[in-house]
Amino acid sequence: MKKVLSILGLALCIALPQAAMATPAQDLKEFRDYFAERFPNTPFDDYINGVYSIDPASREQWEQIEEFAPYELNVSNGQAMFEKAFANGKHYADCFENGGIGIRQNYPYFDTQRGEVVTLELAINECREANGEKPLKWKRGPIADISAYMAYTSRGNVFDIKIPDDPRALAAYERGKKHFYQKRGQLNMSCADCHKFYSGNLIRADKLSPALGHVTHFPVYRSKWGGLGTLHRRYDGCNKQVRAKPFPAQGEEYRDLEYFHTYMSNGLAVNGPGARK
Amino acid sequence: MATIKIRAKESGGVTTVKTLMSHPMETGLRKDSKTGKMIPAHYITEVTAEHKGNVVMTANWAGGISKNPYLSFKFKGAAPGDQIKISWVDNKGESDSASAEIK
Repeated sequence: MKKVLSILGLALCIALPQAAMATPAQDLKEFRDYFAERFPNTPFDDYINGVYSIDPASREQWEQIEEFAPYELNVSNGQAMFEKAFANGKHYADCFENGGIGIRQNYPYFDTQRGEVVTLELAINECREANGEKPLKWKRGPIADISAYMAYTSRGNVFDIKIPDDPRALAAYERGKKHFYQKRGQLNMSCADCHKFYSGNLIRADKLSPALGHVTHFPVYRSKWGGLGTLHRRYDGCNKQVRAKPFPAQGEEYRDLEYFHTYMSNGLAVNGPGARK
Repeated sequence: MATIKIRAKESGGVTTVKTLMSHPMETGLRKDSKTGKMIPAHYITEVTAEHKGNVVMTANWAGGISKNPYLSFKFKGAAPGDQIKISWVDNKGESDSASAEIK
């Protein structure tokens, strides 16, 4: 009897993993293990510094820039905009918990009432529209400055994105995951190709950053842009770089991708806004 | 108007001053994509640093300097607690200045 049961148990154990999908928690563990193996000398908390956590030469230059960071003007600007009242007398602080201070690590989240992923930029514009203001453009400009200020007040807070027990939330996560691993564009490359499997390798003169800790420093001041941009601005650029047609900023595809992408950085601290090449 | 952020630190008799100025620094060679007209030049022409009434550094700039320029320089003869004043003038005659304490 015992032998039959144990054989049956073993058979089930072998059969089940093939039938079931990996859970997000399992995905996260696999993701972290992958990078721990690929970059054994990088401490977990340092991944928030992206390519600078794996490239000492550019790190030195970046640390010098950080002494008087280019995004400081954006943060000041963002703070002024954040604190300024709307025409109806209300403030951004009225739309967010804790007055909008120190909450960056809670985004994006899956809103079970609406059945969709809500990102910080989406919440900012919804706050504006709810108070009779025109929405801002998604990828650069004022929205990036406001997001930069909100990220700045949240520095050091650890991401702990939750996937609620709702099949729609899991579906959004899975869509984001699929986007990340799916090859696209004329160059037929996926996010994972550059940022997971080839991370640390050179692409022309740049080193590919690891996807672990990827989103923690957004919005980002890129020297290439000469200014600040949001995460969806970068998604747009990345899609164009592999010669794929980008999706609309803050559309479902990019929000689902951001959901998966940020979940993979759970346990890491906010360090936005960041400065990158 | 525009902002000047200053950070100054004294160490071993030498004061390192870092400053970030907010300015469009238009070269005058760019075209406005919507109107098709050239965007007129608008850049800082001179930056002056003063300590106790003495000019310790002058910079003569032109269109080649980037937008929102970052400047760093060192000078001797200051002590922590002193004030360092940075001022700029641009080609349109606009100007701004700010002071900060040397740490």
